[in-house]
Amino acid sequence: MKHRILSPLAIIALGAACTLSPAQAEIRIGVSLGVTGPGASLGIPYKNGFQLAPKTLGGEPVTYLILDDESKPDNAVRNARRFVTEEKVDAIMGSNGVPSAVAMTQVAADTGTPMIALTPIPPLDSARNKWTFVVPQTTELMMSAVVEDMKKRNVKTIGFVGFSDTWGDLVYNAMQQLAPEAGMKVVTNERYGRADTSVTGQVLKVMAARPDAVVVGGSGSPAAPPHIGLRERGYKGPIYHNHGTVNLAFIQNGKKMVEGAIAPTGPLIVPEELPDDYANRNVALDFTTRYEAAFGPESRNAFAGYSYDGVLLLDAAVAEALKKAAPGTPEFRSALRDALEQVKNVVGTHGVYNPGPDDHNGLDERARVLVQVKDGHWSLMK
Amino acid sequence: MTSDIALWLVQDGIVNGAIYALVALALLLVFAVTRVIFVPQGEFISYAALSMAMLQLGQVPATIWILVGGGLVAAILEAATAWRQGAVRRLPSILTRYIAIPIAIAAVVGWSASRALPSWVQALLVLALIMPLGPILYRIAYQPLANASVIVLFIVSMAVHYMLTGLGLVFFGAEGLRADPFIDAGFQLGILDISAQSLIVIAVSILMMICLWLFFERSLYGKALRATAINRTGARLVGIRIELSGNLSFLLAAFIGAVSGVLISPITTIYYDSGLMIGLKGFIGAIFGGMVSYPLTALGAVGLGLLESFSSFWASALKESIVFTIIIPILIWRSLTSHQHIEDEEE
Repeated sequence: MKHRILSPLAIIALGAACTLSPAQAEIRIGVSLGVTGPGASLGIPYKNGFQLAPKTLGGEPVTYLILDDESKPDNAVRNARRFVTEEKVDAIMGSNGVPSAVAMTQVAADTGTPMIALTPIPPLDSARNKWTFVVPQTTELMMSAVVEDMKKRNVKTIGFVGFSDTWGDLVYNAMQQLAPEAGMKVVTNERYGRADTSVTGQVLKVMAARPDAVVVGGSGSPAAPPHIGLRERGYKGPIYHNHGTVNLAFIQNGKKMVEGAIAPTGPLIVPEELPDDYANRNVALDFTTRYEAAFGPESRNAFAGYSYDGVLLLDAAVAEALKKAAPGTPEFRSALRDALEQVKNVVGTHGVYNPGPDDHNGLDERARVLVQVKDGHWSLMK
Repeated sequence: MTSDIALWLVQDGIVNGAIYALVALALLLVFAVTRVIFVPQGEFISYAALSMAMLQLGQVPATIWILVGGGLVAAILEAATAWRQGAVRRLPSILTRYIAIPIAIAAVVGWSASRALPSWVQALLVLALIMPLGPILYRIAYQPLANASVIVLFIVSMAVHYMLTGLGLVFFGAEGLRADPFIDAGFQLGILDISAQSLIVIAVSILMMICLWLFFERSLYGKALRATAINRTGARLVGIRIELSGNLSFLLAAFIGAVSGVLISPITTIYYDSGLMIGLKGFIGAIFGGMVSYPLTALGAVGLGLLESFSSFWASALKESIVFTIIIPILIWRSLTSHQHIEDEEE
């Protein structure tokens, strides 16, 4: 009898000892991604990126806890809370949907946990901004490359058609901000749903405004329908996309119709075509080569690179934070946040990160190139 | 808005409306016969469209695994029932229906994938691939609950919908696919460029409606379905089996869904989860017909296509809100004009 009471207790004690001891030494990172649901076409490559991520951060072993948020903000928040309260993570990362990522920043601010946002997010209030670091290039940085190219082609009026969600807003706002400085005007603001079966109405509205160029605020394969629609109706001007669109599925859907599509993206899409002395060519080429070895030829995409760069940022910052506190403690999380503002010249797949107290992204012009669809492939625009 | 834009929008609205009409008719048919609000009707469309696109890419459509797997589950359920009833002699027919036929279809489709057959042959293969899914779904999910209330059947429908969407993500992946048009031609009609594909959609939709009408008016099976729809108890008393009418209506629904999917695959990009939106819009059409009238349903669905097309021009950001808000005036109009009571619901 005595034996039967003792053994469960012993198991519990043993279990507690087991879970406690490695938690001291290892770094734990909680990642929430929309691997299913409407954002799945981006969520899956984001998740793939973690397969290539280093197994240590700052020299310490790391565990990535990856949960699916089904592309829903409420699930992303639940995951983030679970990471912080139950899993005792040192930092959270996520998500591939803008609304989900924005929702997670609140948890980061409430609990004092550094958050690596894997999508561009709209400006935050200071409390949330304090704990949130953004990996992808800001939409303004990316779209400024588009506006520069438009200037060369003497574009005066721009038609906009984009998603009816936060992503569409972000691209539209960036264009609204950049166009007047370059002497251009955005003349339409048409919106469509990712899975809409027809975009004829929106395309006709854009055509009726007779813009010199069109900007599509979509992402991935759902960015193809407006492009196809415009070409089918005989639109002759250049059609620009954004960095969310650069993947193979876009070309597979648009086929010949999207030939000539122009988009800004990170250097990791075309590392082979970059000059040898390009700042992050080697990191980008190494990542792309390993990614395509693991996930198939032409599977390269910007999204997996964001996951990878987020981990590289943490790697640099963890090395600093370890000098001040032990992982698993609030002090460590606070030190990690401070370190994320101080790391210098972190060379990632997308560019060189130099974040600071006023700039929680830290990328510059080196993090963007313009690519164009040519013979069914994205290639560097020269 | 100029007249040429209006004409474009009308053309676009009618093509989409024709697809919604097919969905709505299938929903109505299934509801009338089995009282199931068949949410997963849209999944037949997305499965068919994705299978079509995969065949054109020379890949084996993952639907074959769903077909064979589903058939296997249905066969086990059916065999267990037969065993309990001591009717072992039914086994050969069960094995043929749920195992041999699905495997045969899967084998033919798998063999054909790399052969780049003409697109009309591929379309027929897709039909053969999707149609058996209807009766298989009915056997697995609905037949055991044939006498449950409408709300229970609706909840089962939601579950089936989520299961099929999940399987779609696993088997087809998250990216959308688009097939090549059957005929890559078009012609000018005044200022309009009419593509051959959009004419095919409209022609096939009308043909399907005529065939359905003939089926219900002229054939014995069609009359049996109508009898079940009018009065289930009465139909049973004259010897129409519930399983037969259920199986038949699901087979027809899957057939209509597969045809719509094949039709729509060249004109738009279809994702693994596109089915729900198309299904919901068809559902609004069915509500316009009060879940009873076939002509009103078709009319409502085409009207909805037009409304969607024009609202995407005038207020694109609010398009879905406009399209789904229309259900409120429709319901008010229906409740003011209809006097009939729901029969055999509150038994």
